[in-house]
Amino acid sequence: MGGASTFQPITLVSDWRSSPSVTNMALRELASLEKYLGLRKPNKYSTQGDKKTPVLQNNAAPPLLGLVTIACHLVKEAKRPELLGDSAESRAVVQQWLEYRVTKVDNCSKEDIKIILKDLNLYLHDRVFLAGNRFTVADVLMYYGLHPLIVDLTVQEKEQFTNVSRWFDHIQHHPGVRHHLPPVAVLRNRIYTSRHH
Amino acid sequence: PKFASLFSLILSISYNLNKARVQFCNREAATGPMKLFVSEGNPHCLKVLAALEVTGVHCGVQYISHEEKVVPFLSRPSFPALLLPSGQHLFSSNAICRYFFEVNGQESNDVSNQWLEWETIVLQPVLHQALHMAVVQGKGSEVSRVLQSPLNFLDQSLSKGSMPHLTGESVSVADVILWAALYPVLSDSSLFVRAWFDHLAAMHSCQSAAQKVLQGKAMKNYMQKQSVPQSFQCRDTQPSNSSPAEEGERAVSEEEMEAATLTWRKGLTSCSLATERQHPLLPEEGKRNILLTSALPYVNNVPHLGNIIGCVLSADVFSRYGRLRGWNLLFVCGTDEYGTATENKAREEGLTPQQICDKYHAVHSSIYKWFQIDFDFFGRTTTEKQTEIAQDIFWRLHKNGFLVEDTVEQLRCENCQRFLADRFVEGTCPHCSYPEARGDQCDKCGRLINAVELREPQCKVCRQTPIIRSSKHLFLDLPKLERQLEQWLEKSTSTGDWTANAKQITRSWIRDGLKPRCITRDLQWGTPVPHPDFKEKVFYVWFDAPIGYLSITASYTNEWDKWWKNPQQVELYNFMAKDNVPFHSVVFPCSLLGAQDNYTLVNHLVATEYLNYEDTKFSKSRGVGVFGDMAKDTGIPSDVWRFYLLYVRPEGQDSAFSWADMALKNNSELLNNLGNFINRAGMFVTKFFEGCVPEMDLQREEKKLLAVVGWELQQYIQLMDKVRIRDALKHILNISRHGNQYIQVNEPWKKIKGGESDRRRAGTVTGVSVNIACLLSVMLFPYMPLVSQTIRDQLNAPQSCIGTMLQGTGTFVCALSAGHRIGTVSPLFQKLETDQIEALKKRFGGQQKPAQSSVSAPAAPGAEVKVVGGVDPEKAEQLTKAVAEQGEKVRALKAQKAEKDVIAAEVSKLLELKKHLALAEGKNAAPAPQTGKKKK
Repeated sequence: MGGASTFQPITLVSDWRSSPSVTNMALRELASLEKYLGLRKPNKYSTQGDKKTPVLQNNAAPPLLGLVTIACHLVKEAKRPELLGDSAESRAVVQQWLEYRVTKVDNCSKEDIKIILKDLNLYLHDRVFLAGNRFTVADVLMYYGLHPLIVDLTVQEKEQFTNVSRWFDHIQHHPGVRHHLPPVAVLRNRIYTSRHH
Repeated sequence: PKFASLFSLILSISYNLNKARVQFCNREAATGPMKLFVSEGNPHCLKVLAALEVTGVHCGVQYISHEEKVVPFLSRPSFPALLLPSGQHLFSSNAICRYFFEVNGQESNDVSNQWLEWETIVLQPVLHQALHMAVVQGKGSEVSRVLQSPLNFLDQSLSKGSMPHLTGESVSVADVILWAALYPVLSDSSLFVRAWFDHLAAMHSCQSAAQKVLQGKAMKNYMQKQSVPQSFQCRDTQPSNSSPAEEGERAVSEEEMEAATLTWRKGLTSCSLATERQHPLLPEEGKRNILLTSALPYVNNVPHLGNIIGCVLSADVFSRYGRLRGWNLLFVCGTDEYGTATENKAREEGLTPQQICDKYHAVHSSIYKWFQIDFDFFGRTTTEKQTEIAQDIFWRLHKNGFLVEDTVEQLRCENCQRFLADRFVEGTCPHCSYPEARGDQCDKCGRLINAVELREPQCKVCRQTPIIRSSKHLFLDLPKLERQLEQWLEKSTSTGDWTANAKQITRSWIRDGLKPRCITRDLQWGTPVPHPDFKEKVFYVWFDAPIGYLSITASYTNEWDKWWKNPQQVELYNFMAKDNVPFHSVVFPCSLLGAQDNYTLVNHLVATEYLNYEDTKFSKSRGVGVFGDMAKDTGIPSDVWRFYLLYVRPEGQDSAFSWADMALKNNSELLNNLGNFINRAGMFVTKFFEGCVPEMDLQREEKKLLAVVGWELQQYIQLMDKVRIRDALKHILNISRHGNQYIQVNEPWKKIKGGESDRRRAGTVTGVSVNIACLLSVMLFPYMPLVSQTIRDQLNAPQSCIGTMLQGTGTFVCALSAGHRIGTVSPLFQKLETDQIEALKKRFGGQQKPAQSSVSAPAAPGAEVKVVGGVDPEKAEQLTKAVAEQGEKVRALKAQKAEKDVIAAEVSKLLELKKHLALAEGKNAAPAPQTGKKKK
């Protein structure tokens, strides 16, 4: 086992299990982010462990592990520090939502989905973006993470979470963000005005 | 709000980070007041408080209850939370820490980002599970196993870099967050991330933060309200029965694999244990000499399962283990026979105290024999040796000035010519006026009573009014011995293995201050006090009973003092339930210290918590629970009883016996896991290889397995050495789980039909498996001696494997080499069916006796524990005998012209017996007007 490359140490057990090979979503997200950031030379990635944690291979420095860590690194590499927030407060807010994305949104249960959307809906009530009035990398990664949840929502549900829907639609139309994901139709006008449907 | 103890503290700058402090006054800090909301006991709050103190940022702190909502947009309460100057809320502890550090001029970089992400994604889920185990379930020992993998990773990272902290020379946000996250689990363990951890812990800021939120029971309260970690939810609440796939997240290194393979190839050592013990066992130079006692069971009753697990069974497991380890070990125990309770019981059963002792000593002996408790000697306290040794200690204490005299007011029945022990008096409660209060306690209001305070007291035997008389008594002067005691305790508890409850109970006794304790009683049934001024008195049981350990050893060998006056060579282990702790840790050591004769004092005090019965208490009078003598009537083998009692051993916290759980554990652990593995391994040898162990060609997979099994064996030995009997058992079951999985993955039953290389593979898998089975038989020996022997018989295993495997830190060798012929393999366990268990549950669930006989009434000898649902010929027969005996006795007393009241008491006993006989024969006995009986 080699040092920093053991985000999730290889276990005896994982050797015994056969884990089906799936296309890694995190890597696709990072590729899209790279494109959005306009990075010319694509980085080399691999994954590690049961959870398929993304690894950024780097010739000069030790490899970097973890979706959020790599995303922040890419933003800095692209010299777009404002995407991480333009003040100490907003930087903390951005980090908070990035963490929320990988801890709460990823692998959430059916009941969790409702709570996440309800809370977010309330949070976005008076905000355009997650960190206030500026678009940040938190919006990008939250959009990627919420996409599979939003796709499955019925029209009524989307209406129920109207602020989330508005924000989501806004981000998916933000130039250069959507890339690997199909667009989700969000109706701006209410069809169902009461909840009994 | 009412529950929030509002105090907002402005934190002083406690730690200088070699950073210019000026920076914290940046523009945001000026715009509005910042406020940090924390809740007590929440481990995440430790992070933010530590970060706040380390950075010295100015921010108000408010303590709030867990249930309160602070962050307006979150539907669930979430702590900690930081109200930012802009009015926004941060709800992530890591984001809050980052913010404090950034305000202080330390922005995070890629490396700290990576640690923070690792903390949230990898460490936290495992930590949540570990904390839940340690704090809520009280299974602290599991923590290191669960946390092994992330801690290894952290350790490797720290050891690789040359820097003292995670990201460099100075403390960063990553250090504080990881330190605080690990604080609850590491603060009292001895793991290797130590240097780094201790360094941070030594920082004043970290310490004071920890004191603020995680003191006392706060974290337990918090954790109990949290959701159960996911990997738990499908499991039982009892110690884990999960598969290694869920929990065995342990990395195996190449070195471990190589070492395990080398050990395996060593084979059996010729040095075998002396299988036959040569009595009498005496301490030997150059050996580890262990004297092991289990609390002396009181003779007047049949022990229940709680008694059995609490003392004799636990001690038996440890002594069997100790002998396997090659220690020179003596295990003594016996019945505690003197005292009021025996006199009482004798009165109830119409026997003499000696007869009661003889009878119940035999009952105890046979129960322990059935449970396979392998005492070196099981004696009793009513012996000449007891008198001799107790009186010797008494005179020594007297000579050394540790006894003081005082007068005590006591009730005396003039009619019966004796002082009345508390239990022999009834009267009106001075507090609640309940008319049938006992001399020591009122059953109605539950208050403790001093017998002389009872209004209208009555002698329970003759119903006359006793008078208050003062009587002279001797007291052991504990305050005078306190200093000596404390010095000894300090040494013993720090060098020996005392369970946490033993230390804590002892501490609280000392803290409350020691008072002189009366050592004499006005009774007949006891060791006589030899002092001429105190004739007619006997020693109080608490003084007398522990001396039983010495006198019982003296009954075993004349050279008993080689064990008991030899602290240089002998280590003493006392096993007991927690209620017995003060007598073994304070009172008895004081007797021995005061006697000044170089006595061996306890080195290791092992106390269990209580075992409940189906979440209620064992109760003889209500007929609730399983008592020692009934266990064998259930048809469940002794070994299975032992296994289950040890599996739920109240180690660290109370636990419960439950029939359904017993069936579950039998069926899942013994039958499907352990038994299944051992049986499969043996059957493959028999079916595929004509009963001969095949050639084994170890591949990487086998080497890994050997390392994993070797690790479990090591854990088992480490835990057993520390008398963590229940925890050690889990590692046995882990091994068979690993084994089952190994067989399942390799499918030898398919490979045997394949080509040459497949058949070789089948041979290797079979050979390795059957050797693991052999190891399991050795590890099982302390727990299930019969099953252990059966396995070795079935495998025809050489006796020397017993001595080899548990040497040192554990040596898993190939004991059954290629060509070894095994014996006949057959299943080891039987399924416990639901209806069988339901029937047992019903039988022992409290309706064991009809209401009439559940009154604390005299019961016929030996018949009291039988089921009496209606006509019971067996009981009737016993009662007929008892009635005849009692009749004899009454006639004899009359012939001797004994005192009226004595005769009256015996006559009432006889009437009571006749009434019971009528009931047992199915006749409808008119309730006899019994004035002297307690109502229920």
